[in-house]
Amino acid sequence: MTTFWTLLKRDLLLQAREGGALGTALGFYLIVVTMMPLGLGPDLNLLSRIAPGVLWIALLLSALLSLPRIFEADDEDGSLEVMATGELPLELAAAAKALAHWISTGIPLALLAPVLGLLLNLELRAYPALVATMLAGTPAISFLGSAGAALTLRARRGGLLLALLVLPLYIPTLIFGIAAISAATGGPSGFQASFLILAAISLFSLVVGPFAAAAAIRFQTQ
Amino acid sequence: MTQTDAAPRQTLTQKLANPTRFMQLSGTLMPWFAGAAAALIVYAMYLAFFVAPEDYQQGQTVKIMFIHVPAAWLGMMGYALIAISSFGYLVFRHPLADVSAKAAAPIGAAFTFLALATGSLWGKPMWGTYWVWDARLTSMLILLFLYFGLMALRSAVDDEAMAGKLCAVLGLVGVTILPIIKFSVDWWNTLHQPASVIRMDGPTIHSDLLWPLLISALGFSLLFFALHMKGMRNEILRRRLKSLTMAEVDRARSVSAAAAG
Repeated sequence: MTTFWTLLKRDLLLQAREGGALGTALGFYLIVVTMMPLGLGPDLNLLSRIAPGVLWIALLLSALLSLPRIFEADDEDGSLEVMATGELPLELAAAAKALAHWISTGIPLALLAPVLGLLLNLELRAYPALVATMLAGTPAISFLGSAGAALTLRARRGGLLLALLVLPLYIPTLIFGIAAISAATGGPSGFQASFLILAAISLFSLVVGPFAAAAAIRFQTQ
Repeated sequence: MTQTDAAPRQTLTQKLANPTRFMQLSGTLMPWFAGAAAALIVYAMYLAFFVAPEDYQQGQTVKIMFIHVPAAWLGMMGYALIAISSFGYLVFRHPLADVSAKAAAPIGAAFTFLALATGSLWGKPMWGTYWVWDARLTSMLILLFLYFGLMALRSAVDDEAMAGKLCAVLGLVGVTILPIIKFSVDWWNTLHQPASVIRMDGPTIHSDLLWPLLISALGFSLLFFALHMKGMRNEILRRRLKSLTMAEVDRARSVSAAAAG
């Protein structure tokens, strides 16, 4: 298990020392959200109504942008092959890398969302729900995304292909994230039900993602 | 099936692992499947257009159902077939499972598309618009995207054996998440139920319409299997041709190397 934590720490350190990666994702998030009022017009009532959806979709796209980086560098310098033959099960290694992606990208994006909510005139009572659903939902993005990243590791046009493979898998997360926020602002369904399902989807991805990613890596590093 | 086969006894799936045996069996079966499919579809269309009564509300447009409903069923069955094949390929290393998964993807996608296209043509007179974000339409659209993803992944990986394995992983991931997607889309739809949609599941279907529908579904299923078998046969022949070409290239290379040395 210490290998797991070492790998996690290594990935986080690499992310932190490398710099740039997190800034790019956050900057992308900011610019996509900024484009929305420019495209839809500055009507604050309209923006307030669509804010949760815009914030969630922009978050999905920003996280998607950084997914290929989970395995790419390690594949290029050969560390991935070492992990595949190492004593730590590859499933756990893939889980550690996906967890590092969640901590280094998912959490910052979720924490930036309320700031961007101000730009979109999001209702005040929606803020706690917004952050809570994003923190609960982003693990699914990282873990399912890691499977997609592993599948497209050595494919041609991997980045574009990754979006095509992974975005349909994000639909449940998106739907329940939005449902929970709309429940918190007086929607028809209960907040708790949507939120719990959202968490369940994340837990489910926690299981499926690493196994699929490990299988895909094993085939490609043999 | 014959008694002369050497022990240990093999199941049918194990026997079919031999591509030559599969080619023989499918070669005999395919004309029957194709013929039966053609006969049943023609008969079903005859029943649909000349025998079955018009719907008292929908008029002639109800006849779209005889193509739409089988296409939707087969679109879903295609993905199930891919999932089973993927499982068979990853777990049992069945050599034909990958061929089956590869052949099923475009056929399943075609039936899914057919269901969406006929559905939107049916939606225009019924709902007044070609597309509504109904739960079932949305689910079928996402299913089509999953098919596209599978086909895109296969075409993006150069090594064919690798592409097969990766597609099998993706197929299994897709089939585990498909029920969740379906459930979430239903949930989403009940939250935002548009007022214009008339629910289609009113009174249960009358037997005058049900029989042509079932015959049509059987005919299209046979068509699916005939196409799938043909696709698998083509894929096997293509792989043989490829390995023959590669062998020929190797031979020519060794001959020229010997001549040079």
